[in-house]
Amino acid sequence: MTTEITTDVVVIGAGPCGLFAAFELGLLDLKCHFIDILDRPGGQCAELYPEKPIYDIPGFPVVTGQQLTENLMAQIAPFAPEFHFNRMINTIEKQADGSFKLSTDADEVFHAKVVVIAAGGGSFQPKRPPVDGIEAFENTSVFYSVRKMDDFRGQDVVIVGGGDSALDWTLNLQPIVRSLTLVHRRAVFKAAPASVNKMQELVGEGKINFLTGQIAKLDGENGQINHVHLTTDAGDLSVPATRLLPFFGLTMKLGPVADWGLELNDNTIVVDTEKFETSVPGIFAIGDINYYPGKLKLILSGFHEAALMAQAAKKIVSPDERVVFQYTTSSTKLQKKLGVA
Amino acid sequence: MIIHVTDQAGENHELEGLEGWRVMEVIRDWGLNIKAECGGAMSCATCHVYVDKEWLDVVGAPSDEEEDMLDSVGDVRSNSRLCCQILCSDAIDGLKVTLAPSAAKD
Repeated sequence: MTTEITTDVVVIGAGPCGLFAAFELGLLDLKCHFIDILDRPGGQCAELYPEKPIYDIPGFPVVTGQQLTENLMAQIAPFAPEFHFNRMINTIEKQADGSFKLSTDADEVFHAKVVVIAAGGGSFQPKRPPVDGIEAFENTSVFYSVRKMDDFRGQDVVIVGGGDSALDWTLNLQPIVRSLTLVHRRAVFKAAPASVNKMQELVGEGKINFLTGQIAKLDGENGQINHVHLTTDAGDLSVPATRLLPFFGLTMKLGPVADWGLELNDNTIVVDTEKFETSVPGIFAIGDINYYPGKLKLILSGFHEAALMAQAAKKIVSPDERVVFQYTTSSTKLQKKLGVA
Repeated sequence: MIIHVTDQAGENHELEGLEGWRVMEVIRDWGLNIKAECGGAMSCATCHVYVDKEWLDVVGAPSDEEEDMLDSVGDVRSNSRLCCQILCSDAIDGLKVTLAPSAAKD
């Protein structure tokens, strides 16, 4: 059943700029819901470099991506934004009253007066291995995740990769498949040592195969693969396969944003520098995903953009309210909202 | 100093490298087809290049961490490197690299 949620603002992307937007919007009494394809807040800071020190956040001589995320989460906690992880917005439709209807791939519909796209480099999606024609087999016999284990029951499965996803699914699927071949480019694994040991036991018992190599080519027809060709140190090999699971991690793709009718410039969204509004009034874009003359992809620029965007968003949500610009250092009204006065 | 880069389409480019820059930054700055999505944090492998055989010894082998990241692309060869880990200096003047398919932008 479709879940319907009505709010002032939907923020797409819970990276640092999106998170800070909840603060600026919160000071103006606007309620936010976040939607993010990852399973936790932080965006690139969480996914790409949680442990990397960042040196150019004003006021922090050094902070890691993870610490910055935690600090932002604490900073916006008084405004109790709501988070919806592991999902993606597929469509945005402007309604007759000027509001927006957003549909997710998790069967939810959001109704919001303002949409803020803070999606960084786009959405994190599984990396597609550079194999010619692989697209034709995707979602029929080539999968980048296991949604239903039953799709693999009795199949000849080839799993590629050396991380936790590859090893975990090797162990989980082995009991129900007809055959399973794990392929990795080297005999060194990043996955948890316990999983690697278990996998090696299964190889020893002859229950699965392990090959060092890389996928070179896929054979099949009508979306159904039948052979995976591998280049290995021992020469080229062909493995009969009805299912392929490549696990090469995530990469950022613009994704459905490209289809929302917004003016784009080389995979970024064109905005003005007064309100950071896109070519569609009521839809804003802040952080790495936007473009304007002089744009610098810095977290601090996204913070500035969030503050100006929030002022414009307030005028859309409460057109008749007179907004007085205030400082958190002196305004008891703002301090009450923050729970410190 | 000069870096010779062959792109995924087979076209050759002669780029001027600047001392202290990463080779990835030079290639990105020249607008070639390199995704380099993590910006040099060694957290992705989208600046993957093949180093010309005659330059392998000069450039050296990838670190363990770099090898780990190379696990996330499907087109690794014995001369694969992440070019965010190669620093420009006089020692690599004339370096020849080829952009891997997995380094391409979408």
